[in-house]
Amino acid sequence: MSALALVGMLVVAGAAPSEGMARVGPGRIQPAFQQDRGDGAAGAEIEVPAFLLDRHPVTNAEFLEFVRRHPEWQRGRVSPLFADERYLARWASPLDPGPDAPLRAPVTEVSWFAARAYCKSRGARLPTENEWELAARAGADEPGFTARILAWYAQPTPKVLPEVARGEPNAWGVYDLHGLVWEWVSDFTNALVSGDSRDPGDPDRIQFCGAGALALRDKRDYATFMRVAFRSSLEARYSIANLGFRCARDLP
Amino acid sequence: MSPVRIAFAVTVIASLTLFACSDRAPTSPPVKAPVAGVAPDTGGSARGDLGPPQGAPIVAPLTDAPAVPPPIRRSAPAKVVVNLEVKELEQEIAPGVKYVFWTFGGKVPGKFIRVRQGDTVELHLRNAPDSKMPHNIDLHAVTGPGGGAESSFTAPGHETQFTFKALNQGLFVYHCATAPVGMHIANGMYGLILVEPPEGLPPVDREFYVMQGDFYTQGETGAAGLQPFDMEKAIAEQPTYVLFNGRMGALTGDHALRAKVGERVRIFVGNGGPNLASSFHVIGEIFDRVFTEGGTRFQENVGTTVVPPGGAAIVEFKLEVPGTYTLVDHALFRAFNKGAIGQLQVSGEGNEAVFSHPKSDRDQLGAAPGAGTPGLAAVLPGPSEPNPLDNPNVPRSPLFETPASTKEGTAAQAPQAPKPLSLAEQIEAGRKTFTTTCAACHQANGQGIPGGIPPLAKSDFLMADKRRSIEIVTGGLSGPVMVNGQRYNSVMPPITYLSDAEVANVLTYVRNAFGNKGDPVTPEEVSEVRASRANQGGGRL
Repeated sequence: MSALALVGMLVVAGAAPSEGMARVGPGRIQPAFQQDRGDGAAGAEIEVPAFLLDRHPVTNAEFLEFVRRHPEWQRGRVSPLFADERYLARWASPLDPGPDAPLRAPVTEVSWFAARAYCKSRGARLPTENEWELAARAGADEPGFTARILAWYAQPTPKVLPEVARGEPNAWGVYDLHGLVWEWVSDFTNALVSGDSRDPGDPDRIQFCGAGALALRDKRDYATFMRVAFRSSLEARYSIANLGFRCARDLP
Repeated sequence: MSPVRIAFAVTVIASLTLFACSDRAPTSPPVKAPVAGVAPDTGGSARGDLGPPQGAPIVAPLTDAPAVPPPIRRSAPAKVVVNLEVKELEQEIAPGVKYVFWTFGGKVPGKFIRVRQGDTVELHLRNAPDSKMPHNIDLHAVTGPGGGAESSFTAPGHETQFTFKALNQGLFVYHCATAPVGMHIANGMYGLILVEPPEGLPPVDREFYVMQGDFYTQGETGAAGLQPFDMEKAIAEQPTYVLFNGRMGALTGDHALRAKVGERVRIFVGNGGPNLASSFHVIGEIFDRVFTEGGTRFQENVGTTVVPPGGAAIVEFKLEVPGTYTLVDHALFRAFNKGAIGQLQVSGEGNEAVFSHPKSDRDQLGAAPGAGTPGLAAVLPGPSEPNPLDNPNVPRSPLFETPASTKEGTAAQAPQAPKPLSLAEQIEAGRKTFTTTCAACHQANGQGIPGGIPPLAKSDFLMADKRRSIEIVTGGLSGPVMVNGQRYNSVMPPITYLSDAEVANVLTYVRNAFGNKGDPVTPEEVSEVRASRANQGGGRL
């Protein structure tokens, strides 16, 4: 009840329950990989302090407003160092999302740099991987949770993405963590650089095949495994048709 | 002693003689002694570097199964560019059943890659922009970390490349190795790469590409609509489908492999798995040669060969007798209940000296000696009829039409739409299908088996609902039913390999046999039932 009241104070007065930010955590998550770093902490749970998270992914309308105010992030103007050639490619023109990018649908084809700049313009930041995973794990004990996520992962991306916040929020009051788009996290390169500290020469060891499978904490948690794999394939300038983002913020 | 045994004995004596005549010290380990008929080894990767690539880079022609790129005629190593695009797409896995496949090039199995030993292969892996997943490729033909997997990890909408020298000759599987690997493979991400020896493979008349895989859908085998991947079944290694070339019926009917009497056939057989080893067999043929595990040595005169997940084999045989030869995983419930079945239709002159049987036995089930077991003949159309075309009274849907060019004495003619049959013609055609397909369970007199298989003769259940009877033949039936006051509770699999016309004919037959009287079933009615099943159920999440 108190958490709800707090959230109520933080969201814009009068906004729909799917708007604004929700308080998530504090909580603990199991790391996806149980690497033994020699410190006796292999597989230990990770504390995630409470934070605020957008209730839904950033929409085309919201991102349009951002690129209007920050022309350096418009398609055609952005430096190729910060976004590859697919940046906002779905949009009809640099200032018109057009029919393939409905205003209430999540914005995709934005690079990590662009996503970070958007959040910064709002006084926010991208969530960390641990924060995102904590928020996304709500309901994980319900039967069929993983199967539903996997079913979405197995579907090709539709040409036109559906709108945000059409379904039910999770226990934190957050929508669309599963079943709509992949989402950037601030430390998406985590899996790449967190290799066993005694084996610095082979940072890719957990990504692939046998090594990855051996280190995976829960061999059946394929959904987490796939998110890690997806994040591992990214570079910060990549713009991908089913990769969007949402922002987070520290508690005031 | 039979001639074969004599020949074998002679060979053994010859090799013993050679051993005895060798000038090695008697204490030498016998395994090191030269053995008659065994060539020296190829030298493996140590002899695989044939120097720098020569000439302009070549873009490798890639083919979808069952086609194979043409043999390589080069005499020097080259730089070969392989362009593969990963596509995730919804396709039919069985009639009326959809599945989202992840593919190397748009089909399962992936494109066939053919290079020459010593070639420098520049592999470009594109991942389509609308892919949900990152992908990569591990080619078992690669000497290097991860088989290329680490170098080819590709996000949607992006491309990677790496280069390797094909040091070892042989037939190798390639597959996606992105986590979770098992799921990427279970969704169809595998194919074959052939590294030809420098001198090439001996010429044959036809080459085919056949690859087995096991699939795990949430619905039962044959359950209609879009079926999601079922992780629990995959972990339990209990597939709902075991398929050749990624689709039930990919190699049957009008998709059957075709060849002619007198030809030598080579099949590049792969197994993507992810879980099941294949006991690959061609009913009615004997492999003259099997390059076991895709390697350099061949075994001769083999009936069934094992192809492990992630492995391959090359089988070769000469065709002497016309007819339909059935490719199976000889773990037979996979073949007849889960789809691991294909056909090789062989046309040409019969050879009575090699195989003959009395004409009068032709319509009898499984009566043909050597045509496989009667049980198999009962399930499949084919081996018990050496050539569907030599009985002009059997109307065949386009599904089972042999190409006109193979008809003896007739010039090539354009395929025609089948003419509507009269009721009598339908009944006659349906009787043949009933005999080969249905009688094993429902019995030749339609009486069924009390307590097990429901009767068709004077069956109230059958005659009450024509549409339901079409649904049962094409979609199967399980669970309790009441037939003529008796309760039956068993399972009938969907008879998916029958064409619309064949289903129409066989139902018309049973509706007018064994004391039944009913109106005919048309191919259009069957088609409509199949279409409506394909459109219903299994909605997307």
